[in-house]
Amino acid sequence: MKPRTKRGLAIVGGLAALGAATALVLSAFQENLVFFFTPTQVAANEAPQGRLFRIGGMVEKGSLKRDGVEVRFVVTDTAKTIPVVYRGALPDLFREGKGVVAQGTLGADGVFHAREVLAKHDENYMPPEAAHAVEAAQKAQKTVVK
Amino acid sequence: MIPELGQVALSLALAVAVVQAFFPLAGAHGGNLAWMSLARPAAQAQALLVAFAFGCLTWSFVTNDFSVSYVAMHSNSALPLHYRVAGVWGGHEGSFLLWCLILCVWMVAVSLFSAHLPEEMVARVLGIMGLLAAGFIAFMLFTSNPFDRLFPAPPDGRDLNPLLQDPGMVLHPPMLYMGYVGFSVAFCFAVAALLSGRLDAAWARWSRPWTTVAWCFLTLGIALGSAWAYYELGWGGWWFWDPVENASFMPWIVGTALIHSLAVTEKRGAFRSWTVLLAIVAFALSLLGTFLVRSGVLTSVHAFAVDPKRGIFILGLFAVFIGGALLLYVWRTSRIGLGGSFEPVSRESFLLANNVLLAAAAGTVFLGTLYPLAIDAFGAGKISVGPPYFEAVFAPLMAPALFLMGVGPLARWKRSSVPELAVLLRWALAVSLVLGFLLPLLFGDWSALVGFGLALAIWIVITALLSFKRTLAHSRSHYGMALAHIGVAVFVVGVTVVKGYESQEDVRLKPGDSAALAGYAFRLDEVSTVRGPNYVSARGHVSVTRDGKPVTTLYPERRIYTVQEQVMTEAAIDPGLTRDLYVSLGDPLPGGAWLIRVQHKPFIDWIWGGCLIMALGGLLAASDRRYRFAQKAKRVVEATA
Repeated sequence: MKPRTKRGLAIVGGLAALGAATALVLSAFQENLVFFFTPTQVAANEAPQGRLFRIGGMVEKGSLKRDGVEVRFVVTDTAKTIPVVYRGALPDLFREGKGVVAQGTLGADGVFHAREVLAKHDENYMPPEAAHAVEAAQKAQKTVVK
Repeated sequence: MIPELGQVALSLALAVAVVQAFFPLAGAHGGNLAWMSLARPAAQAQALLVAFAFGCLTWSFVTNDFSVSYVAMHSNSALPLHYRVAGVWGGHEGSFLLWCLILCVWMVAVSLFSAHLPEEMVARVLGIMGLLAAGFIAFMLFTSNPFDRLFPAPPDGRDLNPLLQDPGMVLHPPMLYMGYVGFSVAFCFAVAALLSGRLDAAWARWSRPWTTVAWCFLTLGIALGSAWAYYELGWGGWWFWDPVENASFMPWIVGTALIHSLAVTEKRGAFRSWTVLLAIVAFALSLLGTFLVRSGVLTSVHAFAVDPKRGIFILGLFAVFIGGALLLYVWRTSRIGLGGSFEPVSRESFLLANNVLLAAAAGTVFLGTLYPLAIDAFGAGKISVGPPYFEAVFAPLMAPALFLMGVGPLARWKRSSVPELAVLLRWALAVSLVLGFLLPLLFGDWSALVGFGLALAIWIVITALLSFKRTLAHSRSHYGMALAHIGVAVFVVGVTVVKGYESQEDVRLKPGDSAALAGYAFRLDEVSTVRGPNYVSARGHVSVTRDGKPVTTLYPERRIYTVQEQVMTEAAIDPGLTRDLYVSLGDPLPGGAWLIRVQHKPFIDWIWGGCLIMALGGLLAASDRRYRFAQKAKRVVEATA
């Protein structure tokens, strides 16, 4: 083989590998993007049924109920609420009246089945998504009042 | 008084850094030896000043000087002494001071172990490091001064985040920063070589040990962070593909590519421009990592809006250093030259494939980490990219890289042949495939993925050993490489088995109740109350038995840190070579019961063991004799001292 053909082959091979990798990455990326919805958006039926997504807001005071391993609580953005059910131990930073983010699917009964309840480990404050949900709801209410 | 002294020292360090940047660089450009010779003393003086400033801040922590705002934010008089010292790097300002201190450590190391380098090269490398130091010290002084006072001084501090009150967390940031900042040495060597226009094998040989040592520290730092997450976060995960973790993982991947590419440049003179680019990118990602974790941008991209000065300053630094280096790269790249040619089947080609795969892997992590931030910054909605994405992408990219790890070290430089490699490797391949097929049977539950992972691990070990048969002259760098590769194999075994066979159960237990998992019985005997220095804790007593025989007693705790009212789960772990038993105490339930999570994690300790072996291999390789021309010169220094 001439050096030139060799180089050509190497370039073609490299590009093919790169193309395959890109295709793999982008399809995996597409499938695993998890979108975020506020309780208001969920109440307006904007969230997909059956697909994994995230909700955020505050844990409503007095809503936490334990039934053995199963736990139920209500997430609110001060305008709308979503009942959430979860199996297992809640993270250390979980508390009533504090911000929370949950990942899971919405059941036909309107209950959010959380697979994961998140509280990031380096945060003393509200999870950003939860803060965003509350902020958006309050902004919306203000404009309605005006 | 002491904090003001620290402030003065830091300001003086800035002045020295400017001197260290200007005179040696100008001297190297104009051939002025006197100016060049300023590099070493300036670097050492600067290190002393920064160390002094760091000492002052530590002193403020030790003496509970809450009039210093940073101390008030990150310490408390009830905090034990060793965590007060670690509190120095528990927040934004202090961790930048640590960053600068570690930059100084590397500078002093370069100034001491560079006797074999041309004076011009040393002047350029230290000059650029001085420029980096000047940038970061200015950043601290102007936007995040750790010595800022607070009037009136609060009676007590806010306490260190309880999660950071842990020996692993004490060591993790310094290790990580040793790695991050260590890549600045490779970066400075690359830029110095670009400036001089001499990118040759000698340059690669000088950069190699520095890059490898930095990589070892980064490996250990990441492993420590992962181990810390495993036992401290309390729920048994060891890697979450969290942006904070990815921020440290990206420079590691590119650093790994750089180590391999430097090998080709040193031995064959090839890949020069690619190697330079990797050196720049590895350091750019280190800077990005520091920035992502410490700027608050991950908590919220809008954290910037709260304190835009910091964000703009640090982005400016990033643009100047990385943008400048890239411009220089583009300008000089035509003069770099191509180096030795090679055939499609040769060690160069295999290392090239390794580099392509690693670069692709780094790219995928980059995409998954920064895309959600970009989307959020543009106000286009909130999304997150979870572990499934990274797992789906990472395994297919790494599997061929792991396979090639077996072939590369056995292939000849310049030209190898497929039939020759096939003869050499056929038994290794057969043995790994058969063992990979059979070993999962031992776990009682055959799984193709576990078999595949184990086959790859065995393949790496056999071929690493085979590589000694191939060459007669065994150097430390060869032993180091083989050891590091075996470390990767150990790591792969850990990941594969734990992914395939881990099990967990959340159970409700009253004292006296038992739960069963993976052949073990966990009995909750009682829950007692324990008082610590700055927390109150509920402590479970869980006795573990297997077939009626006692195995161990575990004491998981649920602590409440009184200052910040924060709950912390302290898991109890019974570690073992082939399995960890992991018990965490959850919420108290009505009726005197407790929520308890029990986990069985087979081979999980192999993950960190593998990282440790990788780092040891790297250190062994970096201590190779051919990098140690400095020995002679060092002895002279010692004799005069």
